[in-house]
Amino acid sequence: MVYGNKKIYGNGIMNLKKYIKIYSLFLYTSVASELEYKTNIMIDFITAILSLIGSIFLLSIFFQNTDNIGGWKFEQALIIQGIYTILNGITNTWFNPNLTEIVKHIREGTLDFVLLKPVDSQFFISLKKLAPSGFLEIVLGVTLLFYCIGINQINMNLGFYILCFTTLFCSIVILYSLWFLISTTTIWFVKTWNATEVLRSFLYIGRFPLNSFSFSLRIFFSIFIPIAFITTIPSEVFLGLAKFWEILLEVVVSGIFFIISRRFWLFALKYYTSASS
Amino acid sequence: MKENIIKVENLSKSFDISSKDPGLKGTIKHFFKRETKNIKVIKNITFNIKKGEIVGFLGANGAGKTTILKMLCGLIYPSEGKLAVAGYLPYKRKTNFLNNITLIMGQKQQLIWDLPPIESFYLNAAIYDLEKFEAKRRIRKLAEMLEIDKELYIPVRKLSLGQRMKAELLAALIHKPNILFLDEPTLGLDINAQRNLRKFLQTYNKETNATICLTSHYMKDITSLCKRVICIHKGCITYDGKLEKLLKRISPVKDLLIICKTDKDAKELCNLGFAIKNKNQKEITITIKNDAINFTLKEILNKFDIEDLYINEPPIDEIIGNILVKEKV
Repeated sequence: MVYGNKKIYGNGIMNLKKYIKIYSLFLYTSVASELEYKTNIMIDFITAILSLIGSIFLLSIFFQNTDNIGGWKFEQALIIQGIYTILNGITNTWFNPNLTEIVKHIREGTLDFVLLKPVDSQFFISLKKLAPSGFLEIVLGVTLLFYCIGINQINMNLGFYILCFTTLFCSIVILYSLWFLISTTTIWFVKTWNATEVLRSFLYIGRFPLNSFSFSLRIFFSIFIPIAFITTIPSEVFLGLAKFWEILLEVVVSGIFFIISRRFWLFALKYYTSASS
Repeated sequence: MKENIIKVENLSKSFDISSKDPGLKGTIKHFFKRETKNIKVIKNITFNIKKGEIVGFLGANGAGKTTILKMLCGLIYPSEGKLAVAGYLPYKRKTNFLNNITLIMGQKQQLIWDLPPIESFYLNAAIYDLEKFEAKRRIRKLAEMLEIDKELYIPVRKLSLGQRMKAELLAALIHKPNILFLDEPTLGLDINAQRNLRKFLQTYNKETNATICLTSHYMKDITSLCKRVICIHKGCITYDGKLEKLLKRISPVKDLLIICKTDKDAKELCNLGFAIKNKNQKEITITIKNDAINFTLKEILNKFDIEDLYINEPPIDEIIGNILVKEKV
């Protein structure tokens, strides 16, 4: 009897063209699905606008009796709010519809369909769905950032754009990896809704400058849950306050988190038992 | 001779399963200290399946049929033993292996709920790297075979269960798999929908020579599709062979329906000592061993003036229902 894996012509290299095509179809089917429910989209849009107004109002209350909190002025703190809004928009557009669904996939056994497709399972479950209403938050966040660039009289050049984009991208990767790691544990614990909710709560903390917290909390939010990397460092880049090692550290941390999340997912799949029929 | 496309040798699978005592005390104990037991749900099974075969896996609920199917398609890792499907180790889920197989589960769906099935088909076509023209051609052909041409453009949520199942089949077959794993594909379907699905699977098997592994609790699925069955009981194979042979072996009896002309004859017939299965005025059903049929018929025809007589096989559900709970067939 011949057992074993025959290597024919599959070389494991990601076929970029194929993945772009699949992703364009993910985008199309998600938007088309959402457009089936017009009222829901309108409500989501209104919620996004009200949420931003509420956050700025809250921030302005903190600054009512003081010029700065932890060395940050109101105009500078608005940058963090802008970055938070962009990240929240990305969370609502991609992470929330997909990563919360992992729990459902595992509980109900529909992950079977994903695993049997000749496509990377992490790619599939992380990007299959999209909530277009989160786009508005991203647009609002970007608008707020440009407004902040104006009021803080920040000098813009190519290097500035590259650094901003890099740190923002790394923030997204860290946030995604953390969320994905927690969702992956569902393979053993079955229900982890609460853990992802806790992560979202921590992200709310990211609306405020890290320096405004006590030393011990700063350590906690830098090492255990790297909120500092998610919002504070990109904001410092905008203000020209970030040190080079901080940016480098963020890049390294995001890379490490992504690799861990990827390895952990592949490891966890060995323990996937699928739901009973 | 046809080649073995599925090879399984001494395959076992164990799961850690936790149990909970009833009541509040049991719940609290379960929350703080979970007792898990390692249970071997599949025990050293060995079998081969040839290319183009349709094999039915029979067994009671919890016997291990679905676990076997899931190991064969690579969803779960085996604990011990060897297996190869189309020359691949299934659990490695290599692209070429995945392009060769499909899994259809009667109780789970992959179609996008709010969109017409055609959108899901195009998405699957992209996943399997099919050209748009080829995808269209395959969709058209399968839709014709499944008779769902009109339903392709109606949102999935508005389709009936039968139409949805057909669309699920189309989505699962768009890449022309050589091996089909079907886990209760006719679950919840009405009789017509079940018949259509079976007809489709027969045609698909004939046209493509695809290998089909099927589990079902509807015996009609098994009898009309599978020549070979594998009976599973508590994770062990209790029978592996032709369905016909199995039925003969486990059912060495036939039902004889005799319609007597008079009530008096019917009463006398009942007193002859036959195993009476059913009695309804002049209609009597008796169960006779296969080797005693000739003798019994002669005796009855000589003694009584009967109006009509039928020899029936006992219902297959009844026969198979009995073997599902047997240790050995």
